Parts: sequence; C-alpha cells; structure tokens
Amino acid sequence: MPYEPVIGLEVHIEMQTRSKMFCACPVVDSVSAAPNTAVCPICAGHPGTLPVVNARAVEFALRVALALGCQINPVSIFARKNYFYPDIPKGYQITQYEQPLAEHGKITLHTSQGEKTIRIRRAHLEEDTGKLTHVATDWESDKRITDSADEAEKQKSGEPANRQTGKSSNEKTGQSGKSYSLVDLNRAGVPLLEIVTEPDFRSAEEVRLYAETLRALVRYLSVNSGDLEKGVMRIEPNISVRPRGSKTLGTKVEIKNLNSFRALERGVTYEIARQSALLGSGRIVLQETVGWDEGRQATYSQRSKEDAHDYRYFPEPDLPPLVIDTAWLERVRAELPELPWQRAQRLERDFGLSAAEVARLVEEKDLGEYFEQVVQAGVSPRLAFAWVTGELTSLMNAAGAGFDFSKVHPKELAALIGLVAAGTINQPTAKTVLAEMFTSGQSAANIVAARGLAQISDETAIARLVAETCAENPAEVDSFHAGKKTVFNFLFGQVMKKAGGKANPQTARALLSQALRQK
Amino acid sequence: MSLATLSLTQASRLLQRGEISSRELTRAALDSIAAQNGRLNAFLFVDEPGALKQADAADESRKRKAAPSPLSGIPLAVKDVLTVAGMPCTCGSKILENYIPPFTATAVKKLQEAGMVVLGKTNTDEFAMGSSTENSAYGVTRNPWDLSRVPGGSSGGSAAAVAARMACAALGSDTGGSVRQPASFCGVTGLKPTYGRVSRYGLVAYGSSLDSVGAFGRSAQDVAAIFSAMQGSDPLDATAQNLPAGEISLEAPDNLQGVRIGVPKEYFIDGIQPAVEKKIREAIALFEQLGAEIIEISLPHTEYALPVYYLIAPAEASANLARFDGVRYGPRAEAETMWDVFTKTRGEKFGDEVQRRIMLGTYALSAGYYDAFYGQAQKVRTLIKRDFEQAFSLVDAIACPVAPTTAFPIGAHGDDPLAMYLEDVFTLPANLAGVPGLAFPVGFDENQLPVGMQLMGPHFAEAALLRLAHAYQQATEWHLAILPPL
Repeated sequence: MPYEPVIGLEVHIEMQTRSKMFCACPVVDSVSAAPNTAVCPICAGHPGTLPVVNARAVEFALRVALALGCQINPVSIFARKNYFYPDIPKGYQITQYEQPLAEHGKITLHTSQGEKTIRIRRAHLEEDTGKLTHVATDWESDKRITDSADEAEKQKSGEPANRQTGKSSNEKTGQSGKSYSLVDLNRAGVPLLEIVTEPDFRSAEEVRLYAETLRALVRYLSVNSGDLEKGVMRIEPNISVRPRGSKTLGTKVEIKNLNSFRALERGVTYEIARQSALLGSGRIVLQETVGWDEGRQATYSQRSKEDAHDYRYFPEPDLPPLVIDTAWLERVRAELPELPWQRAQRLERDFGLSAAEVARLVEEKDLGEYFEQVVQAGVSPRLAFAWVTGELTSLMNAAGAGFDFSKVHPKELAALIGLVAAGTINQPTAKTVLAEMFTSGQSAANIVAARGLAQISDETAIARLVAETCAENPAEVDSFHAGKKTVFNFLFGQVMKKAGGKANPQTARALLSQALRQK
Repeated sequence: MSLATLSLTQASRLLQRGEISSRELTRAALDSIAAQNGRLNAFLFVDEPGALKQADAADESRKRKAAPSPLSGIPLAVKDVLTVAGMPCTCGSKILENYIPPFTATAVKKLQEAGMVVLGKTNTDEFAMGSSTENSAYGVTRNPWDLSRVPGGSSGGSAAAVAARMACAALGSDTGGSVRQPASFCGVTGLKPTYGRVSRYGLVAYGSSLDSVGAFGRSAQDVAAIFSAMQGSDPLDATAQNLPAGEISLEAPDNLQGVRIGVPKEYFIDGIQPAVEKKIREAIALFEQLGAEIIEISLPHTEYALPVYYLIAPAEASANLARFDGVRYGPRAEAETMWDVFTKTRGEKFGDEVQRRIMLGTYALSAGYYDAFYGQAQKVRTLIKRDFEQAFSLVDAIACPVAPTTAFPIGAHGDDPLAMYLEDVFTLPANLAGVPGLAFPVGFDENQLPVGMQLMGPHFAEAALLRLAHAYQQATEWHLAILPPL
C-alpha cells in the first residue's frame, strides 16, 4: 500500500541581537566563546532577579513575522513553561503560549512538482536554554557529548535512550571516576523565535526547501547567520504517515538533532520509510521523540509519549503584556528589505533568467547583490550569472569565508569580463587573471599589462605559428589527412602552446583548419 | 537615654542639626542589637564593620554639607528576602544557607544612595511563607511585647527590630499581609505600597503578582520618609510603575473635613477578637471626630480572597522556587543521578510549609486542573479588584482591622496551617487588588498587646493613607508607647 507523509515543522531561530532577551548580557558565538563568559545574575537565574524584554529582539521577530505575512497580535503574553533541567536556570523558560506574537502566515515554495504553499500557524518569542556537555570519565570512554535539545528532552524524562543505538548518558554527580555534566549558560536567555507550521508538507524535498527559504529569509533580514551547524537555527519536523488518500492523521514522531539541510532531508526520508515499513508490515507507529544519529544515518528513540511533560504554563507575572502599537509595526514594515522571493521575481522579470538560475542567485543575499552590481556595471545578465556563480563562487568557496565583496569589487569583475568581450584576453587567461585579482587585489587591466597576457589576434602572427606547427609535426599532419580527424586538437594545442596561451582561439582554430585543408 | 530610642524622624532632625553623629546613632543601634538579639532573634546577620563604615561616610558627607538626603546616616534593617550585595540572603531557608548575592535590591540601593546605613538582615518565615516567623529555618523571632508570643510574619524580624529599638526603620515584603500583620502585632507602623510602586528587583520572589516591598517605622512620618526615597521606576523591573518620585509631605491638616472613610461590613466577622474590634471602632470614631465622614461600605467578594490567594500565590511560588535546585548556588545534596540531586536537595532543604505551597501550586497549574483552580482564581481576583474600584468611587480610604487577633502564643497554630492562613484574611485582599495598605497601632488589648488598624486606598494613594495615619498619630500617643521591660 502506498503511504503519504504528513509533516509539520517547528523551527527555532536565534534573534542575534547585541544583548539577550531579558538581560544586558551579550549574545556570543556559543561555539567559540569560553563557557560562562556571557552570564549575569539575571540569566543565571539568581533569586531576586527579574526579566525585562529586549525591544530589539521583538523588532527582529517582527521583521520575520511580517515577511512571512503573519498577523501581528497587538497584545501578546509571555508565559512560564515549567520543567527541571540544569540548562534552564530558573526552572522555567519564558515563552509565549496562549497569545503569541504572530499568527497565520504563509510561505510559497518552488518544488520540482510546482508551487506549494505552507501555512505558518504561529511565531512566538522565547529564551534559549544553556548548553550541557556530558563528560564520561569512567573506563568505558572519556569522550564529551555536547548536549542538544534532544538530549535535554531525554534527560528530563529521566529515561535513557535505547531504541536503536542504546545511547545512554545517565548523568552522575561530579565525583572522580564517574560521568558528569558541565553547564554553559552563555546561550541561556538568548532570544529565540519559534515558527510553527501547519502539517502541510508532503515530502522531504518540501521540508528542505522550506528550511532553505527560511534560512535565506532570516539572513536577508539580518536577524540570524543561518549557521545550522552552530545551532542558531534548529529545525524539528513532526512526521506521520498514512495510506495515500486517507483523510485521518497517523501517529506523529518528532525528530530532533538535525544539524544540517542534508541531515534534515535524510532524517525525514528515513523516518517516512521507517514508519511506512512499520505500517506496511501491520505494525503500529509509537508516538515519540526521536533523535537523528548522523553516524548511523538513522533515528533513535529518545522519549515516548508516556514521558511527555506537563509544563504547567501560566502567564509570566514579571512581564506586562507585550504591546505592539501601529506606529512601531509600520516602522518595522517600512524598514523591511527586499525579500528573497521578491528579488527572485524581479530578477526573473528584469533579466530574463530561468527560475533555477534565479533561485541560485537569491539563496545568498550577498551573491544576488553582487550579481546585480556586475550587471549594473554593463555586463549582460547571462555573462554576469556565469562568472558570479561559476569562477568567482569557486574562488570564494575555496577561500571559505562566505561571499566577500572586498576580494574582487563587482566593477573589477565587470572590467575583466569586458576584456574578454573586447578580445583583449581569452577565457582561460581571464580565469587566471581573476584568480590573481582575488589574491592580490590588483585590477584586471594591471595584471594583464604587467604579465603581458593580452591576446594575440593578429592573423599574420597566428598564421606564422600555424605554419611552424605544421612544419614541425609532419607525421600528425599526414595522419590528419589519412582521416584521423582527432589529431586536429593536438595540433591546435601546439599552436596555442607556441602562443603562450594568448592566441585568440577562434582565429587560431580557423587558420589551422585552413592550413590543413590547403595541404 | 540611648540614642537607639530615637525615631527616624527625631534622629534625622538631630543629625541634620549636627547634635548627634551617624556613628553614635549606628553604634547605639548595634549595641541595642547586641543586648537584645539573643532573646528576640530579630536579626539573622549583623554587619557591624560595614554599618560603622557607612555611618562614617554619612558623617563625612554631612560635614561637607553634601548629605544626599535627610535620611543620610540613619540605620536600617533589611528583611532577609531582599538582597544586599555581599551580605548573606537566606530567605529564612536552608536552601540558601551561605548564599551571598552579587547585587543589591533596587529598594535597598535607593535607600543606600539616600545615605541610609544597612545594619543587617532580619528574620522571616521561609521565603516569606507564614504569618508568625515561626517557619524560619533559623529559629522563631519573639515579640518584644511578650516573648512567649510571635511577632507576626512573615516580616517578623523587621517589625520586632523596629519595635525593640534595634533599628530606626526596616524594610519588609508583603505578599498577603507580611508587613501589615507584624506591624500590627509589634505596635509599629508598616506600609504595603501599591503593586509596582516600589521595584521588586532584588526581592526574592514568592508570589510575583502580589509581592511588594514595604517599610516599617515608628510613625507614619518615619514610613513616609523611607517610602518617598525607595519608590519609583526601575529599568530592571518591568512591572515597576513610572511615576514621578518626590517626597511625601505630611503637613497635618487642621481637620479631616471632606475625607470619606469606608468601613467594610465584611471585615467585622465572627471570630474577631472583641478587643480588636473595640479598638478599631474607637479609632474610627476618632477619625470621625477629626472631621472625616464615615460610610459603611461592602466588599462583597471578601470571603473568596483567602481561597483565591492560596491558589495564585502558591502557583506562582511553585515556579519561582524552581530555581533552587542546588546546581548554581546554595547547598547541594549528594546523590547518584541528576534527578536525585534535584529532589534530594529540595526535599532536604525546603521546610514543610514551603513544600506544602509548592505542591499546592504545582497541582493548581496542572493540566486538567488549571481552569478549575488557577484560571478560576484569576477570574475571582478580577471580581475582588472590582469590589475595590467600586468602593473607591465612594470613599477615599477603607478602615478595618489588620488581623482578627493580636499576637498569638508561639506554637498556637503549630499543627493547623489553615488557622495560620486565617491570620491574613483582612490583608490578602489588598494584595489581590494591588492597592496600598497601611497598618498602625490604635491601642492595646487586655494582655497589653498592640492592636493595629489598616487603612487601604486606591492605587498610588500611599500619601493619602500616610496623611490620615499622621493625623491620627498627631491626636494620639499609641505609636509612642514604650515596651515593657523584658
């Protein structure tokens, strides 16, 4: 029986403001910063401290919510979500429950099957938790396991994980010879926006596209770096499957610990297959939370429905209702930049690029902006696209530092492309020149002049090189005439070699054919 | 005569005239503490060197004519649920034994900036949960009027300290009556301000929507001076109101012509101690003589205040006290697993009453019970607020007893938490409505124990309440009564 997946997503996105959600501590890179260096009595949950809302974090969240077409609630309410865990210093997380910041948005995806609209149920503000590192110091192992949200869920229930991996991290108090856990509160209190969709996804591809689109969006809005690997954006799918055509929903399973788009797509694909196989063999799916094990490329059980917590939500008495007045909202709306899908539409319309090409350009905000500047400098959109997404991107990727305008200014790239168009240098030379521009910062013209790379287009000069080549390689010329036409390429290579790569290839090719025909 | 017997108002005047120094005044307070604290157990911590240093600084600034305020140099006691950087803050609990906070509560900080000298920390029911100071993990505080009796609570240490002339003034906290009831039991004046009038930053939370920082003094004048200095907005407390600060002037009016005082019939119930009712009625009669119009009013939902309070306060407390898990501060029980560390630490270090309220609150918030308990309590709370709004459309203030009885013997309610809860039946409504309440002495019962009257007013009407009590105190001497020799 064919099965159909039904998937909804919860995405947690850090709002990377200067300070935390409820205190003045800086938001730091949780991977590189030394543990517990961005902590104060407030985010460490000292008695007597109180939260105060960071208006900037609200503004960041509004940007995202507005971009997703959400209705913004003029009054939203913070609530306490109660549970015990060492990464949650107050014993509760301040979040929004009954009246979230925003509701009823949507996002349109361009899938291989066509357009697909995903409805956003709600988007609400909350604070992030700290991070735990489990250290095992017994004879079995001395490795450190950095906690992820899934580990937290597991420990909250007090149940070790076991279904498939038998992973267990039953913490012990810090005595020598026993495992223990280290608490880092740098991340505790960092603003988070949680975006919850309706169960509208029907494939792993849609899930990946949604995540990629959302990532592009938050980067366009300058609210998040989009580094999934660093956990600043965390995606948790809820998956169930049902016989195709069925209207009822199956039992859902939540996947945590998906730290990349690849893991996301694979985890979802794996879980669809696992659940379909279970149902196909007459068994049932258990409602549970599973983790993605990157090493085994499989999910493993973390927490069953029976361990589900009663979070005892109630309105946060320390914070008055969050009021978003019209003036504030309209100011944020007016300040929204062009969104990825708006840019895609415009590029497609104005530059005659294909949907796939446009998708490539809007994925990264900087890449698209760079492309447009190259076009503005007079290069045709098609040539600009080829250079920006081809050679330049390769160089940027090899340097590994994101898309950096300062390496090669768009005007300089345009000038280089201009040299090719004018026939001053040929395509292969241009690539060499670009690589040098990238490292030295010199202009294309300077490099071409300094290294004498200007192309030889003089037909007399090239004809002389062709004649020399034919004279020096009589055997090859004979075999060409004997019908071995592939020898042409060898002879052409010899001509170019004599020219030091600088001969105009079209001219060289034409003159060589001519010379061979005459023989 | 020891300088310790001076009231805040008297001491301030003498300091400003240069007739006494802050060091002398502070020394006298420290000596008074040394002589009496063994019997009373009002203070849990005394910072003698720190206090003398602050006193010297106050004297120094006054000499340079740079005293920050008329309060400069006056000794202050602080309830041990308010943080003072560098001083222990136990909240009367074993779970915060040896905890030294790294920051100072805003209310205390404002008073320190005004030049007040912090003597130390006073005893309290554990996490302010109680009405007798018997629930402190560090022993009961005794009532200076009768050592066999409780001082009231939970701010019993602060009330006893002011009554016994160990400090000119003291800070307390009031979530359901914890300033007013001990003020009444100890014969001093105590103010619970409007919710949000004084920053709660640095007040260890019990019931966050009910908590307020209050003050004790020997008179309305004393309390007005402290309240003026500690009220006002605070960037660290989102619930603190942004009202203009300013000193409250208590110029005694010639008469109270035009002032309407409401007497709620629901506050004179069966079970009220006859002497309490008698003294309250006499005080009301005096207000009438002073020119006030006395109007009988009704606060019809009064009877629900107690059950509503005992759902809302424990619910909030169950979350507020979740942070005490032994992970980041305070003692930690040894156990094999993380979960056992949590439960063992909390099971061993929280006292019975605290555990009772945490369980009560956890239950009230649980899935399936929320609507019936916490949700319903919030609805009834709205009705109680509305009672007050309607009352204050008719009257300027409400006069009633602070508590049904005077100070009761230590151990009297030992096995009966409900009887203890009833102690707060007249004070809880003000916290639920967020309105200010002022307690001050209006006489003695047959055992020579102080009886306290409560005045409640509309939001932010502290000045009006203080002026009424001041007018009363100009006409009477109950607030000047001297303790019997112990």
